[in-house]
Amino acid sequence: MAVEFEALRAGEEQETQGGIRAAAQDGDVRGRPGGNRLLGVLRSPLGWCAATLLLLVLLLAVFAPLLWSGRADAIDTGQILQGSSGRHWLGTDNLGRDIFYRLLVATRLSIALALLATALGVATGLVLGVAPALLGRRGGRMVTAVVNVAVAFPGLLLALFFAVVFGVGAKGAVLAIGFAMAPGFARLTQTLVASLSERDYVHAARVAGVGRVRVLTRHVLPNVSDPLIVNATIGAGGALLAFSGLSFLGLGVQAPSYDWGRLLGEGLNGIYTHPAAALAPGAAVVIAGLAFNLTGEAVAKAVGVPTASWSRALRPTKSPTATPATAVVPVADDAEAPNKQPVLRVEGLRVSFPGPDGPVTAVRGVGFHVGEGEAVGVVGESGSGKSLTALAVSRLVEHPGAVDADRIEFLGTSLLTEPAHGAVNRRLLGTSLAMVFQDPMTSFNPTMRIGRQLSETAEQHLGSSRPEALSRAVERLRQVRISAAERRAAQYPHELSGGMRQRAMIALALMGRPRLIVADEPTTALDVTVQRQVLRLLDRIRAGDGVALLLISHDINVVAQTCDRVLVMYAGRIVEELPSDRLLTTAQHPYTRALIAAVPHMETELDRPLTVIPGRPVTPDRIPAGCAFAARCPFAQDRCRTDDPRLEMVEPGHRVACWYPQTDAEHGAAFIGERGELTAEDAELTAVDAEFIAVGAEPAAEEAGPTAEEPEPLVEEGEQP
Amino acid sequence: MNARTADQLLTGPGPGSGPGTEQSHALPGLVSGLLENPWARFAARRLTRLALSVWVLVTAAFAMIHLIPGDPVRAALGMNASQQVVQQRREMLGLNDSLPTQYWRFLRNLAGGDLGTSVTSGLPVSQVIGDRLPSTAALAVASFLLAVVVSVPLGTVMAVLTRGGRHHGGELVFTSTSVLVATIPEFLLAVGLVWVFGVQLGWFPVAGRGGPSSYVLPVLSLAAGPAAVLARIVRIEMASVLNADYIRTARAKRLPPRRIYLRHALPNAVTASLTIGGLLLSSLVAGTVLVENVFAWPGLGSTIVQSILSKDYPVVQGVVLVYGTGVLLVNVAVDVALALLDPRSAIRES
Amino acid sequence: MSELRFEDVTVCYGTGRRAMRAVDGVSLTVPTGQVVGLVGDSGSGKSTLARAAVGLAPVAAGRVLLDGRDIRHRTAGRSGKAVQMVFQEPYASLDPRMSAGDSVAEAIPRTDAATRRAEVARLFGLVGLDAAHVSSRPAELSGGQCQRVALARALAARPQIVVADEITSALDVSVQGTVLNLVRDLQRRTRLGMLFISHNLAVVRYVSDIIAVMYLGRIVECGPAHEVLTDPQHPYTRELLAAAPHRDGYAGDGVREESGAVMDTEPPDPHHAPAGCRFHPRCPVGPLALPSRTDCLSLDPTVGALGRMHSTACHYAAALSTSSDVAT
Repeated sequence: MAVEFEALRAGEEQETQGGIRAAAQDGDVRGRPGGNRLLGVLRSPLGWCAATLLLLVLLLAVFAPLLWSGRADAIDTGQILQGSSGRHWLGTDNLGRDIFYRLLVATRLSIALALLATALGVATGLVLGVAPALLGRRGGRMVTAVVNVAVAFPGLLLALFFAVVFGVGAKGAVLAIGFAMAPGFARLTQTLVASLSERDYVHAARVAGVGRVRVLTRHVLPNVSDPLIVNATIGAGGALLAFSGLSFLGLGVQAPSYDWGRLLGEGLNGIYTHPAAALAPGAAVVIAGLAFNLTGEAVAKAVGVPTASWSRALRPTKSPTATPATAVVPVADDAEAPNKQPVLRVEGLRVSFPGPDGPVTAVRGVGFHVGEGEAVGVVGESGSGKSLTALAVSRLVEHPGAVDADRIEFLGTSLLTEPAHGAVNRRLLGTSLAMVFQDPMTSFNPTMRIGRQLSETAEQHLGSSRPEALSRAVERLRQVRISAAERRAAQYPHELSGGMRQRAMIALALMGRPRLIVADEPTTALDVTVQRQVLRLLDRIRAGDGVALLLISHDINVVAQTCDRVLVMYAGRIVEELPSDRLLTTAQHPYTRALIAAVPHMETELDRPLTVIPGRPVTPDRIPAGCAFAARCPFAQDRCRTDDPRLEMVEPGHRVACWYPQTDAEHGAAFIGERGELTAEDAELTAVDAEFIAVGAEPAAEEAGPTAEEPEPLVEEGEQP
Repeated sequence: MNARTADQLLTGPGPGSGPGTEQSHALPGLVSGLLENPWARFAARRLTRLALSVWVLVTAAFAMIHLIPGDPVRAALGMNASQQVVQQRREMLGLNDSLPTQYWRFLRNLAGGDLGTSVTSGLPVSQVIGDRLPSTAALAVASFLLAVVVSVPLGTVMAVLTRGGRHHGGELVFTSTSVLVATIPEFLLAVGLVWVFGVQLGWFPVAGRGGPSSYVLPVLSLAAGPAAVLARIVRIEMASVLNADYIRTARAKRLPPRRIYLRHALPNAVTASLTIGGLLLSSLVAGTVLVENVFAWPGLGSTIVQSILSKDYPVVQGVVLVYGTGVLLVNVAVDVALALLDPRSAIRES
Repeated sequence: MSELRFEDVTVCYGTGRRAMRAVDGVSLTVPTGQVVGLVGDSGSGKSTLARAAVGLAPVAAGRVLLDGRDIRHRTAGRSGKAVQMVFQEPYASLDPRMSAGDSVAEAIPRTDAATRRAEVARLFGLVGLDAAHVSSRPAELSGGQCQRVALARALAARPQIVVADEITSALDVSVQGTVLNLVRDLQRRTRLGMLFISHNLAVVRYVSDIIAVMYLGRIVECGPAHEVLTDPQHPYTRELLAAAPHRDGYAGDGVREESGAVMDTEPPDPHHAPAGCRFHPRCPVGPLALPSRTDCLSLDPTVGALGRMHSTACHYAAALSTSSDVAT
């Protein structure tokens, strides 16, 4: 009973978590907006129907006995055990009473007893569930252990047990069902409370000296109330069904009282002659149970984070002022003509996802090439489309994402002539293009041995036999300097450390005969000292085997240190492309320059405040007309807000998409130079004010949209000398 | 060429020992060897938990009679029974001894397979259970298998069809159907099935246990609910597994879709589903009680209801013990299956 | 103003076979009005140490002293309030159902409503938040703004020490700077003592007066920031320095240099910390590179560390600093 619902809830929660994870991949997770989310239930047709049904059932429970109990109890010995007729829609019982009216009147008792049992179960469960948080460590553990044992037994069995203890009858059944529900509910409460107690805001409250009881009532219980209410509603449905079960068995309501279960039990004997007497109470039970369950489900849907999908990952939010991304005509980049046959050549790459207001284009006309043995880095903030670019060129963007390009050529073969899973693509990509993903923990299948996960590639694409493939896997593990490679191959991913898993991932990339390795944030999840090892390994493979590398990272330092050439992405476009050794000296796009200046490094001047880029990064669903960076750019002019600049070559190997490229010597000079405007007598005040303005600018910049009158002042706080 | 150049770069395996290295420190000897073995520790932990649960079950069954408010014997015999009869019955049930004595006797008898004597029929409880258990077990096992066999493929196929928001209508139909089927309690479904297939169509017998055809309706009504819920869980789990990073890795390896779904996704989805849905399967054991009563199935379910109504406490005790043990065994089976499917779950503590 | 002192603090997690000493006999002082930057890899125990300072992690041995008094023995009314903490995840550290103002107000010591409101307004001003955000829910704020609210809440309790645990690592690059600037500005104006934790040495460098380096539950080096950065004593500190973001490696070859026999080894499992010097399996100047250095295998270098420069837990620290072979 309760356990089942807990199980399902947990399932749905997991799906939800999947959604959160998906969202986290492409940006920071924003909490869902507050407000009256329970009312959101009424917006879905299902929720609306369920709520109406529930209301009807409750109204019937209140009014039916007042209106019809006289007719329901009227004994008519002349009309015993009649079938359904115009006068008695559902026939009569063995005393000639009208079953239809009895059915209506029985609503009250059925519902009332179910609610009573639910209230008892929920209250007991809550007390048991909250107890571990309030009692000391030992007491809490005792309660948890008891609940854990009890929850292993099905509700019906517990109900039967308690029915023996409390005796046959309505009172006994209420107690039995209530107590049978309690363990499941207690477990749910415990789990929710325990997970919530580990949240940072609960810790913060405790650190701030807020007492245990207050933390529980102020922070924990309100935040677990949603799932608890949902489960209590569904639990009421369960109690209703269970109650009818007990009454049906004769263990519940006793004559002369009657509820649906009892009517059903009485009707069952005559199912051959008048089935309606048995089927109608059954239908009533199911309908009322459904009303509770569906309402609970609808509430769960309304209060929960929506299920996983890419469109959610792109975090669409309604904004009336922003121009939909589709209105902006994507300007395809000119791919600079490479001097020799490149490994990868991309032109006019666009990736879009369905959004609530039409498709959201997250990658808008990207073009670049990767030469043989070359390391090209793609850098950008979250939401810049860098990871999607990597997935799109690897043909790994899944439905509902749509990839469109003028050209994607890998080793001279167009990847666009057949679908991603076509035989030619699969063979070519399977052997020659390899991927390394961000999180080595989640990127390996937890239920397969490392060696097997490596060897299946060789079996699939190189036609190796299983032992051959396995020995190749071991050889590759050695190649990436994993010690005791043979033993490691027989282990599961969780038995390896993070750095070692990432090496194994690279070994996996080497299982075919790769010509290009696409590495999507390969070091972000690793410690700094291990990061270097992994980057060095990638570099060694590139230098040794002439494998080209496309490295995606949010960290400009990682990219600059590893790659020959850097592509800087902003809002789904490449805004600048240049050799990495010229990043510090000749970068011309204001965004590139700001990005370099904003990241603290070991030579950052300590007596100066850090450079700050005001505003927030643009999200793919709200890309303004003109240059997407204009709203945050100190050099933006009117033209920037209307016309999107093309990525154009300023010198060989250096392309910039900016109407007013900056060419002064010092980086971030513009950002720091702006400070002068804000200089005030009181340096401290300035600092705070500047901060204040910077913060105030964030939402303003968002609301203002593309046609903001004035660019937000670039502010830089700090003590003036 | 690829391998050769890389090997040249290889200066020899790194001398460090990573965290995954099995570090052989700890006490020598067989005991520590066993303690080091995750499977042995898993078995020890699981058996301890089983023993504890069995003890709780046995004690609860014993305590049941003593928890009944007032004098259970008086309640059973009614107000009109003479004091002498009540005393006689109390003596027979051993209720006049001290609690520890009774508890000890209960445990000792239980160990010897003696569950007492039925008050109403005078037969040994163990014999009553022995007669009835096979019917119930057959019903439960058949339903269990049907539920699993139906739900896993159904959930998997639905997840694959509806992945990434495809076939939204199909998802809606599936979800609402499964919610509806899961809401209908097994005994109501049984009544419905009896009416349609027994009364209207006359295809299957409506009561009693006989040939294979007599199993159809009881098994169907018992398995439908759990199958619907389990299929839904499998779909949700499969959908979330299909979003997992390692599935993306598998796609990056350009494996055929069939291999991705069956070899990479399914084991993980089934593991997650079992973790959540395992309890459903044990609740199926208890569900037999209601279904047996609809179909007049000569099993433990009808026995326990009869004995509760007639206050035949020794029989109730015995049947509760059997049901409880059945549930615990199902739970163990689920945990073992999980450990085999997912090596991590055997290692995880608690 | 006060000083926070960790005396031989040990924090253990788990029991039996899975037991782990996340923090193992750590002594560290956060002097009055100074910022101590604590840097180390994940699993080094730096966050656990922070939690121990505010009573969120159980101290198994040793003491955490504030002005010489054990923080656990403070009277209930003031318990723990003198040390406040700011967490890593901006959204997770605020109650999603509470307005930003309420979250801050809750931490203000008992007073009347009007004073409380005024105090919230003052704190919002202090961290550079618009007063209009008082009624905003966390979901309506940006990550950077949430961290400001969290800072305001920490300051509301009128702390003597603030512990900041990776407060910028969850933020976008362009927002990180504003929070770091604010931290520095606040600290300079209020002269609060601060324990600033980060895995990023460049970030730590930017805000700290003193830098402590942690490795596998122990502090291996601690000294004035400038000195530790220019004259690192412990080989691990050198490794961190080498891995930190530098401006000179922007030529596509920043990762190409090699450093000998132990370059690809990884941090050991904290459950099975190596004997002797915990760094020895990875140490480029340890027994694996120089076989004569056998004492690293068995002798604990934290013994006698106080006698060395920067309290370095390395038997060969002195030899290192004189040698010209600097790993960077």
